[in-house]
Amino acid sequence: MSNTEKTTKKVFTRPNALADVPTHYCPGCTHGIVHRLIAEAIDELDCLGDAIGVCPVGCSVMAYDYFNCDMIQAPHGRAPAVATGVKRAKPDNIVFTYQGDGDLAAIGTGETVHAATRGENITIIFINNTTYGMTGGQMAPTTLPGQVTQTTPYGRDTDTAGFPIRVSEMLATLDGVAYAERVSVDNIKNVNRAKKAIKKAFEYQTQKKGFTIIEVLSTCPTNWGLDPVKSLKWLEENMMPYYPLGVYKDKEAQ
Amino acid sequence: MERNLMKGNEALAEAAIRAGCKCFFGYPITPQTEISAYMAKRMPKIGGVFLQAESEIGAINMVLGAASTGTRVMTSSSSPGISLKAEGISYIAGSDLPCVIINVQRGGPGLGGIQPSQADYWQATKALGHGDFHVIVFAPSTVQEMVDLVTKAFDLADIYRMPTMILADGLLGQMMEPVTFPDQQSINEYDKSWAADGHKNKRKHNIINSLILSPEDLEKSVQERFERYDKIAKEEAMAQCYLTDDADIVLVAYGATARVTQSAVDLAREKGIKAGLVRPQTLWPFPADHIRTASENASSLLCVEMSMGQMIDDVKLAINCSKPVHFYGRTGGVIPTPTEILTEIENISGGAKE
Repeated sequence: MSNTEKTTKKVFTRPNALADVPTHYCPGCTHGIVHRLIAEAIDELDCLGDAIGVCPVGCSVMAYDYFNCDMIQAPHGRAPAVATGVKRAKPDNIVFTYQGDGDLAAIGTGETVHAATRGENITIIFINNTTYGMTGGQMAPTTLPGQVTQTTPYGRDTDTAGFPIRVSEMLATLDGVAYAERVSVDNIKNVNRAKKAIKKAFEYQTQKKGFTIIEVLSTCPTNWGLDPVKSLKWLEENMMPYYPLGVYKDKEAQ
Repeated sequence: MERNLMKGNEALAEAAIRAGCKCFFGYPITPQTEISAYMAKRMPKIGGVFLQAESEIGAINMVLGAASTGTRVMTSSSSPGISLKAEGISYIAGSDLPCVIINVQRGGPGLGGIQPSQADYWQATKALGHGDFHVIVFAPSTVQEMVDLVTKAFDLADIYRMPTMILADGLLGQMMEPVTFPDQQSINEYDKSWAADGHKNKRKHNIINSLILSPEDLEKSVQERFERYDKIAKEEAMAQCYLTDDADIVLVAYGATARVTQSAVDLAREKGIKAGLVRPQTLWPFPADHIRTASENASSLLCVEMSMGQMIDDVKLAINCSKPVHFYGRTGGVIPTPTEILTEIENISGGAKE
């Protein structure tokens, strides 16, 4: 052993579950942070060999290249149904989906609500960035009232485009949900909380407690037309008041 | 071997279980609901999975998930429900996943009716979803054949890594006939090293995917799939010929319609008309060679379907339009009678020929 190895301690390294490849995500986008948190949780729970990820259509469609566990690419919105099929066939594997807001709360609402109410023993990582990122920034079900997008050029008018869906609050009303928490990755404190929540959701799954969902407030600097730092500030000032952070359901705490 | 009197749908479900089907995902729709009901009763007893999905779309995507893990999986529906499954079937084909899909056809379009139909022939054989792909389509005409073809459907799905379909109809699904099941059926095992079932840190991660953004790579993957399809077309086409050796008029019919048509052939023979029948057992691949050979000495063909005429396109292609191909069909849930078909045969052949 060399002297350097004796005296230095490695404090930061790439998680084993995260592939050593460049991602296609835009600079400043928070997908990278969330991917890392999932990978850290998988490493810490030592379940890489049992984990199966499901990524549907959206910015995260190519996440199958970014995680080192087995991966399945699902049709738009259908990840909870695909994950259900995986989990029912292989109940001892750890199954997670990684879905955006358009995917989960618009085209995949039915699949999401029913996987949740069945108490399907899977974990959903839900990225809420108030926009369809991959297709260039159209209105999502989570787009805020007044928010300008490509398809709400005058701002989301709730008279014609309706209101945003608060997914965590909605799913928390269902008996099949074991854990629902909304977190954010806008600062270090919140990133640490998000990590804890994701790990807890996976732990609940290994204990077969039922459906778990972690909603992550995220940024989309490219489609918001803001730089990464201003995007984080926009998230804090606009998204957090509408989407308060916190635990919305915890079967164990009840 | 024990003979059981069973409803078509239930026999089909039992045959699937005996063929090693471990997961069934369904959604209620007439006239196939007995399959779900049977699976709901039996699957928990054999350690299998029955799950009633929130929708047809949910069900087919659960199939995608279970198939991804290398598990034998099946779903069933009827015409309007199959339309809903189209998206998932395209993804399953694009991801090279094996599974079995049942369509107990009813009349259409739209909500249509709930009586037997064969109006989904085009959908099943030409466009079961978007993109360049095929599904192997079996067309049983008896309850026993439904049983026999289910095992084959699972095997070919595994061998060629693709979805296969049993294209039945409301008549076959609802009718009761005696059936026998193999005493101790051995379930063939196939290579599933591609499956996403957790790598246990023993191999590189597997990816189940239908997204290929490079046009050249996507083209290559589709071309490779079509090489497989060519092999299937050569090796897996199935048809049965009845009295075709000396036939002057060759009838072509599949499924429940083939039973009625066979009766019409018998009636025609009694009248001295040399009629015969080719009954396709696979609709894709289409048994073109069987039809070409069987009609070599015939002067005309008559295609009989419970639709406005869909398979007739493939019959014409099979013989390169070298002879007249006539059509008789009823649709909307109306089943043609042997007498109606006989009249058609008489009109074409100009009556009895001694």
